[in-house]
Amino acid sequence: MNVKVIVRGKTKGPLLVAKNPINFLGGIDKKTGIVHDKKHDLFGKSIGDKILAFPFGIGSSVGAYTLYSLKYNNCAPLAMICIKADLTTASGCAISNIPLVVISKDDYDLLQENKEITLDAVEGKIL
Amino acid sequence: MELTREEEAALDGKQGETLALAYRTLVAIGEASGADRLIPIEWAHLSGVNYNTIGDAGKEFLAHLSQDAKFKVKTTVNPMGFDFDSVSRYHLDDKFIENQRSIKNSYEKMGVIPSYSCIPYEIFDVPKQGTHVSFAESNAAIYANSFSGLKTNKEGAFSALASALTGKSPYSDLRDDNLRKPNLTIRMKVESRDELTYGMLGYFAGKVAGSSVALSGVNGLDRRSCKSLCAGMGTSGACGMFTFGEEEGEKIDFDKNEMQKIHDELNTSEKGDLITLGSPQLGIDEIGDLASMLKGRSFQKRCMIFCPRAIQGQIRNLGYSKEIERAGGEILYDCCTCLSPLVDNKEVDSVVTNSVKGAYYLKSSNKVDVNLKSLKRIVEEETR
Repeated sequence: MNVKVIVRGKTKGPLLVAKNPINFLGGIDKKTGIVHDKKHDLFGKSIGDKILAFPFGIGSSVGAYTLYSLKYNNCAPLAMICIKADLTTASGCAISNIPLVVISKDDYDLLQENKEITLDAVEGKIL
Repeated sequence: MELTREEEAALDGKQGETLALAYRTLVAIGEASGADRLIPIEWAHLSGVNYNTIGDAGKEFLAHLSQDAKFKVKTTVNPMGFDFDSVSRYHLDDKFIENQRSIKNSYEKMGVIPSYSCIPYEIFDVPKQGTHVSFAESNAAIYANSFSGLKTNKEGAFSALASALTGKSPYSDLRDDNLRKPNLTIRMKVESRDELTYGMLGYFAGKVAGSSVALSGVNGLDRRSCKSLCAGMGTSGACGMFTFGEEEGEKIDFDKNEMQKIHDELNTSEKGDLITLGSPQLGIDEIGDLASMLKGRSFQKRCMIFCPRAIQGQIRNLGYSKEIERAGGEILYDCCTCLSPLVDNKEVDSVVTNSVKGAYYLKSSNKVDVNLKSLKRIVEEETR
């Protein structure tokens, strides 16, 4: 699967796939990485040490600092996959050094929950 | 994006983690916005200073960053949460004050000019026409593009910060002359005009326009109306610039009906417990105007007036502060209405203001009602 690289890096891990967009400022506990937005389809799950796939980020640009806090508190995702790179997610991943790539909607629909993948966000490939 | 060899090396960490972080941010934003390269900028203006806007996460990030980071170009900053000189007169908890102090120290350690103002275009010399800058404060970005002949995107807190650290910005959107041209014209059809109607015109334009918009039927703007227009526009959407006159493409009228809809959205009370003037902060002309409007009159309730520190000496020398304070006005420096911790909904239910931007944030962040009216009406109705 080919991807567009937004923030470079390489990693390997299990996929966590969201249906809904994520509001990092209001939706994620920055100390634990657990989704605490009750309306979100990932409610109760931890995004830490997963390759997190979600359509795009929503809400305040301060959400970028939440991503930094997650990294600081050792509960950030290994990498992120989006359909659209909004500026909050792009800048948040950049300041936190979390690899970020964009893929097409069709490819997104092929992602399987819990599947171990290798993300090469330098060459732009998912294996 | 095509990077130079130096940029590529910095991105790979050859010049340390701070510059790697800054270049990662610029490249990420550039890739997300379709830029093909980075270009030099001469001036960065940062948002994300008030503790109420960035919280503990922002405070920690800046403290960490400031351990070894230094700004590479002229860098100015937005208002913070309060004025250190007068904070003891307000019921603000010590924790907030300490957190704000930490943020202030971090920025100053990195070499910021401690302007704490949302009107950099009014208190600093403006560089020559066509100069690229990187302004994160939305009213300032719109003012810079539309009145000052500068070029900036409507930057985010992180893109401007990364620009301050590197002196660069992705070449995209409003930096590109081909993409600056508006394809939507808004025709101003409201007869009676003051800063409030222009604020609402801006708010309307921000909602319907893309990255730039043309305004027709607008002329003879005074400084107060210019600033109100820019601030209103920056509040409601992504639009970062306007031009005057009609352009090709779609045309929309801004008439009494449209204006009433916005007024109904933002004006939720017929009176207020407190008045705030400033968002954007008042510059020297507006303070002079206010002082003459207040001659022989006094406020019948508290009135907070927000200004940049840069004009403190001048407005004292010219006697403006004395006149305003005699009328009961409280002049505050380094801070502004937006997300101010000084307006507490446990103490006030509603606030009078002439600022569309202020009204929006008072409602959404301070959770108070707003009585929105022009400065002329505020002076007529709230002073004696």
